[in-house]
Amino acid sequence: MKRRKLEELFFRLLMVLATIVVAGSFFLIVGTIFIKGVHYMSWDMITKVPGGGFYIGKDGGVLNAIIGSMYVAGGATILGLLISIPVALFINIYIDGKMFLSNTLRAAFDVLFGIPSIVYGAFGFLIMIYFGIRASLLGGIIAVTLLVIPILVRTLDEVIRTVPFELRDAALSLGATRWEMAKVVLRQIRPGIFTAILLSFGRAIGDVASVLFTAGFSDNIPTSLHEPAATLPLAIFFQLGSPVEEVQGRGYASALILTIIVLVITVLSDILIKKFSKHKI
Amino acid sequence: MTKTPHISVQHLNVHIGNQHILKDININIPDKKVTSIIGPSGCGKTTLLKSFNRLLDNTPDVKITGKVLVDGEDIYAPDAEVTHIRKKMGLLSQRPYPLPMSIYDNVAYGPRIHGIRKKQQLDQLVEEQLKATGLWNEVKDRLNASATRLSIGQQQRLCLARGLAVGPEIILGDESTSALDPVSTSIIEDLFISLKEKYSIVLVTHILRQARRVSDYIIFVYMGKIIEFGPTEEVLLNPREELTKEYVKGYIS
Amino acid sequence: MNLRLLKDKIVAKLMLVFTLASVSLLLVIGIGLYYKSIPILHKLSWAQLLTTSIWKPLKGLFGFYPFIMGTLWVTGIAIIVALPLCLLTALYIVEYAPGRIKRILTPFVNLLSGIPPVIFGVWGVLFIIPLIQDHIAPHFVEFSTGYSVLAGGIVLAVMIFPLIVSIVSEVLRTIPQELKDASLSLGATKWETIKKVVLKKALPGIVAAIVLAISRAFGETIAVLMVCGNNAAVPHSVFDPGYPLPALIANNYGEMLSIPLYDSALMFAALLLFIIILLFNIISRVILTRLERRLAA
Repeated sequence: MKRRKLEELFFRLLMVLATIVVAGSFFLIVGTIFIKGVHYMSWDMITKVPGGGFYIGKDGGVLNAIIGSMYVAGGATILGLLISIPVALFINIYIDGKMFLSNTLRAAFDVLFGIPSIVYGAFGFLIMIYFGIRASLLGGIIAVTLLVIPILVRTLDEVIRTVPFELRDAALSLGATRWEMAKVVLRQIRPGIFTAILLSFGRAIGDVASVLFTAGFSDNIPTSLHEPAATLPLAIFFQLGSPVEEVQGRGYASALILTIIVLVITVLSDILIKKFSKHKI
Repeated sequence: MTKTPHISVQHLNVHIGNQHILKDININIPDKKVTSIIGPSGCGKTTLLKSFNRLLDNTPDVKITGKVLVDGEDIYAPDAEVTHIRKKMGLLSQRPYPLPMSIYDNVAYGPRIHGIRKKQQLDQLVEEQLKATGLWNEVKDRLNASATRLSIGQQQRLCLARGLAVGPEIILGDESTSALDPVSTSIIEDLFISLKEKYSIVLVTHILRQARRVSDYIIFVYMGKIIEFGPTEEVLLNPREELTKEYVKGYIS
Repeated sequence: MNLRLLKDKIVAKLMLVFTLASVSLLLVIGIGLYYKSIPILHKLSWAQLLTTSIWKPLKGLFGFYPFIMGTLWVTGIAIIVALPLCLLTALYIVEYAPGRIKRILTPFVNLLSGIPPVIFGVWGVLFIIPLIQDHIAPHFVEFSTGYSVLAGGIVLAVMIFPLIVSIVSEVLRTIPQELKDASLSLGATKWETIKKVVLKKALPGIVAAIVLAISRAFGETIAVLMVCGNNAAVPHSVFDPGYPLPALIANNYGEMLSIPLYDSALMFAALLLFIIILLFNIISRVILTRLERRLAA
């Protein structure tokens, strides 16, 4: 009996330790970035574009990357939504009763969800070559859109499924067409759509492998779709690769900026999810 | 009424969250008899049953006060050893829950945990309990098959054998035949009747006919309170309390 | 009246097109990558590509073996580190943690999944590399820069924490309390119940989580690239540098168009990744769906 109790105690201890490590790693990471990055933070960092010689220590900031990332992520999210909303609606509303079909489709998107961004980046690159598009904002948007479509479809799908059948039936029994009923459903899940947008935006803004080949890089803020665009993750990467310590430090600060942006988005979407489900009960 | 109460409940109060589920329960469960707890749904029957083997402890937000004496010892005393207490009671749930292992391992699970390792001993125990629940002939050739392959009726009997294998003194049944077909139900009911020679049995049931067929005593619980307690025939056919009369009315007529 | 119905039909057709297009993305990607890999497959056989180690693009020699090994090492280390930690964590959160602690803990595990990979890479460089170089490696080897498969594995492990914890937690939550009660009422302790009953029941789900985690780890590019050393040699110890497949693709895309066959080789690498990850994803989804169906039954 004693042995059994000791064994339980031992494993309980292990469990608590493991949990501390796992949950605590979040703090460890954010903390490290914060500590190292805050030292090099300045207003310049977020308000200026790199001056000449930025990467060897001269003045400037990463505004080009911040805006560039926003453009890419924003463009990809919008384009992605335009495609994903119809797809999610199709899977849920337009395939009446054929569960097998909709489940197969869902499975296909689940698989797409699991494909790493580097593959999307490589494929996006292929598309660009095929259509003769150079590394540019447009290229980046195309690749990232491919990346976020599965995320959007999955999230929207889950959200649409929370709409009770009765609501759909109510619309249909008033003689509405499926499309009219779909519009009602869409209005119902508006907060859910917003959550999906946030989720995809957060993913898009932080991803490197998909923009690596496709968006190029530039010290300027892109003014047209055909200009190359800098992205924060790449900016961080390049700054860290510099031999100059000052520049490396600015890399940490850029990392801090990216972390803050993403954390804000994540927390916002978490709050929205909670608010959204409270409303439904 | 009874000479040696096996379980003696004194001033038991159970709160789950804000709700006062069991209100000042005082009862003595007779030794080596079958006692059925009856009452409308949600009135605390299962809670009362679960308080006997302290499975109630695992309910979230639960607060238990009072004493439950088994063989004279308060199972809710601060230094009471829970696994030891639970060993004294076998629990049969509403639906059979065979453990994810073979038939043999299911029955041997309890004894193994409590230290019995010798194959011979385990073999003997398994055979004994499977015979006691009438399963032996049906499964003796496939003891290593997965327990989930059995029919529901067989699974429930397996769970009973499993519970008996740890050598309890008391058997607790929580509506243990409600998922079974009539044939399996009557097999289990017969088992209860025969087992009371060795064990004290407490059953929760909402089937009055079953209560009458199987039990020696009946406790009628309503809204967390014990309304009436007495020998089966008395409570069912000649109840003293109004509430009891109302409840068993359907049965009598 | 007819206009409405017409609209409905048009919209339906449009949606069908979009859906088919999106799903066929899978096929298109596969075909596209394969098409681009054909040149190099003409020159060297699958066996040659996958098992030789010489990587000299200028001479037209493309042996992928070191990169495949690099990927395996890094992923293997990540799973070995993450699995026990996450299993224990999931068990704690679902079975032992009091409500308050559960509510506080869970968000932080989830927040981890939102952190962009490049941040993990920066953290790896800032924290893990010095840790290995100064504190761990000296006990084992003479010299290490810290840039190693171990670093890659650890960083990857932290990245897949949320994935494993969330899947395993969900699987654990589906185990009926009554089953646990059955074991408890026989006098087993909570831990014994977990050991002998819960984990057995949860095994398929745990396997599915591992498979998914592996597929995620295989494809992770930037975080590993920043800490694993990028040396095209087969690693022989955890302190050796490695060069996983995604890092290979990412590092060399710049030169890929200027050296003949290089672009085809890199696309081949992407194809390899694609196929392996596809397979693993499908396997894990099959396991999880079977589990769901069994529970519903």
